[in-house]
Amino acid sequence: MELCPSIKNILLLDSEGNRVAVKYYSDDWPTNSAKEAFERAVFTKTQKTNARTETEITMFDNYIVVYKFVQDLHFFVTGGENENEIILATVLQGFFDAVGLLLRGNEDKREALENLDLILLCLDEIVDGGVILESDANVIAGKVDSHSMDAGAPLSEQTITQALATAREHLTRSLLQ
Amino acid sequence: MAQPLVKKDDDRDEEVEYSPFFGIEKGAVLQEARVFNDPQLDPQRCSQVITKLLYLLNQGEAFTKVEATEVFFSVTKLFQSKDLGLRRMVYVMIKELSPSADEVIMVTSSLMKDMTSKTDMYRANAIRVLCRITDGTLLTQIERYLKQAIVDKNPVVSSAALVSGIHLLQTNPEIVKRWSNEVQEAVQSRAALVQFHALALLHQIRQNDRLAVNKLVSSLTRGSVRSPLAQCLLIRYTSQVIRESANNTQTGDRPFYDFLEGCLRHKAEMVIFEAARAITELNGVTSRELTPAITVLQLFLSSSKPVLRFAAVRTLNKVAMTHPTAVTNCNIDMESLISDQNRSIATLAITTLLKTGNESSVDRLMKQITNFMSDIADEFKIVVVEAIRSLCLKFPLKHRSLMNFLSNILREEGGFEYKKAIVDSIVILIRDIPEAKETGLLHLCEFIEDCEFTYLSTQILHFLGIEGPKTSDPSKYIRYIYNRVHLENATVRAGAVSTLAKFGAMVDGLKPRIFVLLRRCLFDTDDEVRDRATLYLNTLGGDGAVVETGADVKEFLFGSLDIPLVNLENSLKNYEPSEKPFDINFVLKEVKTQPLAEKKAPGKKPTGLGAPPPGPPSTVDAYEKLLSSIPEFANFGKLFKSSAPVELTEAETEYAVNVVKHIFDSHVVFQYNCTNTIPEQLLENVTVLVDASEAEEFAEVASKPLRSLPYDSPGQTFVAFEKPEGVPSVGKFSNMLRFIVKEVDPSTGEAEDDGVEDEYQLEDLEVVAADYILKVGVSNFRNAWESMGSDFERVDEYGLGPRDSLAEAVNAVIDLLGMQPCEGTEVVSPNSRSHTCLLSGVYIGNVKVLVRLQFGLDGPKDVAMKLAVRSEDETVSDAIHEIVASG
Repeated sequence: MELCPSIKNILLLDSEGNRVAVKYYSDDWPTNSAKEAFERAVFTKTQKTNARTETEITMFDNYIVVYKFVQDLHFFVTGGENENEIILATVLQGFFDAVGLLLRGNEDKREALENLDLILLCLDEIVDGGVILESDANVIAGKVDSHSMDAGAPLSEQTITQALATAREHLTRSLLQ
Repeated sequence: MAQPLVKKDDDRDEEVEYSPFFGIEKGAVLQEARVFNDPQLDPQRCSQVITKLLYLLNQGEAFTKVEATEVFFSVTKLFQSKDLGLRRMVYVMIKELSPSADEVIMVTSSLMKDMTSKTDMYRANAIRVLCRITDGTLLTQIERYLKQAIVDKNPVVSSAALVSGIHLLQTNPEIVKRWSNEVQEAVQSRAALVQFHALALLHQIRQNDRLAVNKLVSSLTRGSVRSPLAQCLLIRYTSQVIRESANNTQTGDRPFYDFLEGCLRHKAEMVIFEAARAITELNGVTSRELTPAITVLQLFLSSSKPVLRFAAVRTLNKVAMTHPTAVTNCNIDMESLISDQNRSIATLAITTLLKTGNESSVDRLMKQITNFMSDIADEFKIVVVEAIRSLCLKFPLKHRSLMNFLSNILREEGGFEYKKAIVDSIVILIRDIPEAKETGLLHLCEFIEDCEFTYLSTQILHFLGIEGPKTSDPSKYIRYIYNRVHLENATVRAGAVSTLAKFGAMVDGLKPRIFVLLRRCLFDTDDEVRDRATLYLNTLGGDGAVVETGADVKEFLFGSLDIPLVNLENSLKNYEPSEKPFDINFVLKEVKTQPLAEKKAPGKKPTGLGAPPPGPPSTVDAYEKLLSSIPEFANFGKLFKSSAPVELTEAETEYAVNVVKHIFDSHVVFQYNCTNTIPEQLLENVTVLVDASEAEEFAEVASKPLRSLPYDSPGQTFVAFEKPEGVPSVGKFSNMLRFIVKEVDPSTGEAEDDGVEDEYQLEDLEVVAADYILKVGVSNFRNAWESMGSDFERVDEYGLGPRDSLAEAVNAVIDLLGMQPCEGTEVVSPNSRSHTCLLSGVYIGNVKVLVRLQFGLDGPKDVAMKLAVRSEDETVSDAIHEIVASG
C-alpha cells in the first residue's frame, strides 16, 4: 500500500472538456492520447452533475476523482482508489481557491488563459511529483503572486525606455485582445 | 427581457473561441523564443514566450529532440535576468523540458548559485529543479546544501528539500539515508507541512527497519504532531505497526488502538476519517473496537458535503461485507442516501443496505430501488444486480419479489453487460433455489422473445434445454423455443433446434410433437440449422416410432465436452485428410495453467451462463508434432503429458539447459533444450549422458544427439527410457552434457576444424508422481464427485507436520499431486484455521481422479489433512494415497 498520500493528476478543463492546464504526476497515462482519453472520460462522467456549490466526487476505473466547477472552468483532482477522499478534496479546494484569488474573482476560461502563467505556477506550488506541497489557498496564491508583484513593483527603478517598452507591451496585449 | 440578449452575445463570443493563444503555432513560437538570446532581455516578453511554450507542451504538442535542446539552451540564457517572475517561469520550463545529462551541466552552476541565494523563493525552487534533473554524481556535490536546507528556518525551503529527498530516495537511497539527523530535526518543526514532509521522508528512510518504525510511531503517537496531513501519515504508519505486531499479541488490548480511537475526536475531518478507516481495516477487528469508528462515519453520512458522505458510505460498504451487523445502526441514514444527487453515493448506499438488510426490509428496499434504477448508469446497475443476487441467496423466501424485480429490469433498456449480469443472476437463482425455477425459466423465455443479443439468446436456449425438461410441465416452453426458429438469425435458430431435441430426448410424451417441429426445420435456409435437425431426427429415431431414448443418445445430447476447445481446434487444424478418420480421443485434455492476468479479476468468477474455462493456447501440440517427427519415438503411442521446462543449470552459465519430460504409456522422453551462450564456441555432437542408477524401473532405449549448437540458437537433444506400462514409475536421473567444442573466430564467424571433447555437469532430474497426472478441471465439482460414486473411494488422514501457514501446506499438496484445483479452492483465506481444497485430474491410463482435501490446523503450526480420493479405478485411488504418503 502506498503510505504517503499521492496525487495522480490535477486537471483544469473548460466547459467543453478542452484543456486549460493539466498536470500529471503518475505514469498511469504514458501517452498524450491516454491522457486525453482520461480527460474525456472524466469530463463526460461529471459534466451533468452540479458541482458548483460543493465539491463532488466520483469513482471510476479504480480512481477517485474529486471535482468542482465555476463558470466555464472545471477543476479535477485524481487519486488512487485507496486514497483518503478528504485529502484529495483538500487539495482540490486549495487549487480552486488559489485560482480564484489569482484571477481576482473573475474565474472564467478567458481570464484563466490570459493568466496561464499564474495557473501553471499555481500547479507547480501545490504538488511536486505527486507529493502534496501545500494545500492552503492563501499560501499558494501568495507564493505565486509574490513574483508577479515583484515583477511589477520595481517600476520606479526601471529606466524610461524599459517603462515605455512595458507600457507598449501592455498596450499591444490589450489591442491584440 | 434583457437577459436573453446578453446571453446571446456571450454565445457568439464563444463561437469565435476567444483565446489569447488562438491560432498559436509551434514553429512561430519557437521563432519567438529567439528573444531569449537578446543582449537586452525584456523579462515581460520572455515570460510571455515561456508561457506560450508551456501552453503548447500542456496541450500535448511534442517538441523534437532538436527543438527541445534549442529551447533549453536559450532558456538557460535567461538566468542573466534578475526578474523574479521570469526566473520562476524559467524553473518551471526547465522541469518541463526534462533535459538530458549533458544539458543539465549547462544550468547546474546557475541553479547552485540560486540554491545558496539569500532569496528564499530562489533557494526553494532551485532545490526542487536541481533535484528533479540531477543524477547521483552531482548529488554528492550539493548534498551539503540540501542538508542545510532541510533545517532552514524558512518552511518553504525546508519543504522543498524534504520533498526532493522523498523523490531522490527512489534513485539514490544511500545518499538520502545520510540525512536522517536533519530530517529528524525537521519532524519537530512548527510548520505544519514541514512536519508532514519530514515524517514522510523519515519513515521511508526507515521503512525496512521495523524496530525503528515502531519507535518512531510510539514516540509520535504521544502527541507532538500538529499538521493534519502528518497526523494522517502517522495513522497509516500506526496501523502498519499494528498489522505487523498482530501475531505477537494474541490476547489483550491491541497496542495503539487508543491512539486511533483518540484521532476520531481530532478537529480535522481528514484525520477523523483516516482513523475511522484504519480501525475498520484492522485485522480481526472486534465489534467493540468498531463501534466508535462506525459512530463517526454515521455522522459523516448526513454531512452536507458529498465527499464526506461518499467516503463514509464507501467505508461502511466494505465493513458490511465482514461485519454486517455493525453497520445496521446506520441503515436509516443510509436509506435517505438512496435519493442522493450523487449517483456514486446512492449506489454505494443501496449495495450496503442490500448487504445489511434483514428479511422484513427487503420489500421496502426493492420499491426504493425500482425508482432509482431508471436514472443511473449501466455500470452502477450491474453492481446493484449483483447485490440483489446475493441478497436473494441469503433470503430464499424472498425469491418471488426479487425475481420479479430482476425480470422487470430485464425488460428495460440496457447494454449487453448489464443484461448479461441480470441473466446470470436469474440462472444462479434457478440453480440454487428450487422454488424459483419455474418462474425464473418463464422470465427467461419471455426475455428471449425480444432479445437483441444473440449470445444471450443461445445461452438461454441451452440452459432451457437442460432445465426445461425437468419441470412439471415442459410443454409450455416449446412455444417459446419454436418461435425462435421462426424469428431469429441462424445462430439462434440452430440453438433452438438443439434445445428442441433435448426436450424430445427427455420427455417421451412430447416426442411426436418435437419430431413434427424438427422436420419443419429441415427446410431452413441455413446449413447448420438443417444439419442439426437431420442429426437429431436420426439420433432420436424420428421415423415416427416412439421409443425410449437410449443412454448414449442422452450422453451425446447432454454430456459436456471434456476437451478444452482450443486443444480441439488445434488438433483439427493439424488433421490432414486421409483414410484415417479424425479421432476425438486423441485430442489432449490437459488444461494449461492460465496466465496470471486472467486470474486477476476477482469477483469475475465464471458463475453464470457460459462458465466453461477458456482454454488458453498450449505448447502441447508443438511437442506432439516435434516428437512424432522423430522416427525413434514414433511408435511410443499417444503423448500423455509434457511437463513444464525444468532448469538444469543456473542462470547465466556458459550453457543453459532445461528439460521437458514427455510421458507416454510405457516410455518417458526427456527433451533437453540447450543454449550455447559463448560467442567464441561452436558445440557439435551434443548429447546428454543420463545415469539412471537411481531409477530402477527405467531403461534407456534411444537417444538423439544434437548435431551442432551454434551461439545463441537453441537446439534440442533427446533421451528416451522404457518403463513398465501404465505404472507411475518414479526415479532420479543425473545428467552430464557431452559435446565437442570448436573455437570460433568472432570476426569471421568461422569455426576451426579441430574440436576438443568436453563435458559439463548438469543438475539432477526427477520423475515424480505428479508427472503422471494431467491437470483437467471439472466445471461442477460436486456433480462430478456425486456421479463418480463412492465405490472406489479411499479416505485417510495424514499429519503434515509443522508448516509456515495453511496456504503453504495446501500449495505443497497441490504441487505434489499435480492436479487442477477446482472452483478457486486453491486460495486460502488469511487467518482461517481450516480449509477444503478440491482437485481434479486424469491419471495415466486415462482414469479420472477427483480429490477432496480437508486441512486443519492442529496445535499452533501443525497441519493435519484428510484426503478423500474418488476415481474410476481403485488401484488409482490407492496410488494417489501412496503419492501423498511417500511425498
